[in-house]
Amino acid sequence: MKLQTLHQLNAERAARRPVILVTDTESGEQRLVKAADFGADPLRAELAKQLRMGKSGMIEAGGKKLFLNVYAPTAKLVIVGAVHISQALAPLARSLDYDVTVVDPRTAFASPERFPDVPLIAEWPDVALPPLNIDHYTAFVALTHDPKIDDPALLHAFERDCFYIGALGSRKTHAKRGERLRAQGARDSDISRIHAPIGLPIGAVSPSEIAVAIMAEITAQLRLPKEAKEAAA
Amino acid sequence: MLNRDEDILKAAEDWQKAGHGVALATVVETWGSAPRPAGSSLVINDDGTFLGSVSGGCVEGAVVTEALDVIASGKPKMLEFGVADETAWNVGLSCGGTIRVFVEKVGQS
Repeated sequence: MKLQTLHQLNAERAARRPVILVTDTESGEQRLVKAADFGADPLRAELAKQLRMGKSGMIEAGGKKLFLNVYAPTAKLVIVGAVHISQALAPLARSLDYDVTVVDPRTAFASPERFPDVPLIAEWPDVALPPLNIDHYTAFVALTHDPKIDDPALLHAFERDCFYIGALGSRKTHAKRGERLRAQGARDSDISRIHAPIGLPIGAVSPSEIAVAIMAEITAQLRLPKEAKEAAA
Repeated sequence: MLNRDEDILKAAEDWQKAGHGVALATVVETWGSAPRPAGSSLVINDDGTFLGSVSGGCVEGAVVTEALDVIASGKPKMLEFGVADETAWNVGLSCGGTIRVFVEKVGQS
């Protein structure tokens, strides 16, 4: 590997931008394809597929054996609300390799006893969220049921292009939430991005089951091709 | 401490800049139950110091030895490890899988 390639690779990764390193395993020739250049690449279909799956692997193209090494940023999960569901959701998400952070200004909820080993921020969203550098590789869930906390958090998530945004609450609660967010300047296209009621409809009842429904929905959002997501919606 | 992939590639760059000969070994293909998926990597310098893994510790010793050759020659190599391999008794994968590992020098012109 050329030193310049390695340097670029490390720079892209530090900036949390996805890249794929294409190596001809016979000649050793390499090229680095940045996310912004995927669309114009002759291998675009293969690159898009491997990136979506977050999987590296060998392909054959133009009579060459190529190894596509996918460097996708580690997905983050930001949970607003240190509630009972979050106690089940945080360890489940970590087992799926998400970097998890829990935010809740209510210190009685956001206590290390309730959330051992999980980064906890006992601050209001306006203070807690900006330093988290929430980006496209972030799933964002608002679970407090309290508009004072959930609403500003959701407004922040809209600005950051999260790949998944979910909020706890019935259809009725969600309709009211939509009205409040609109009054604060959110667009209809933002509000329609919120998955609510949150989680896949699997009849979840207990906090752990709801956590499974949420992680299943997040996984589908991350991994399914666009057409399949539209068909399922 | 666990080394995440980003630390491994950062180490490759740092070692190279510090004047070491450096090689990068990457799992490119797996069959059966392999311990680490394609894309997993191990970085080796000319002291024999290494970071990361391409298996659960089964074949790293052999990969390091080959990597030192690659650092010396500058030519990339493809290695294959599996239980069907003749060297299975020495460096086979106890899990029964097969892996192919691409070893390349870092800092080639």
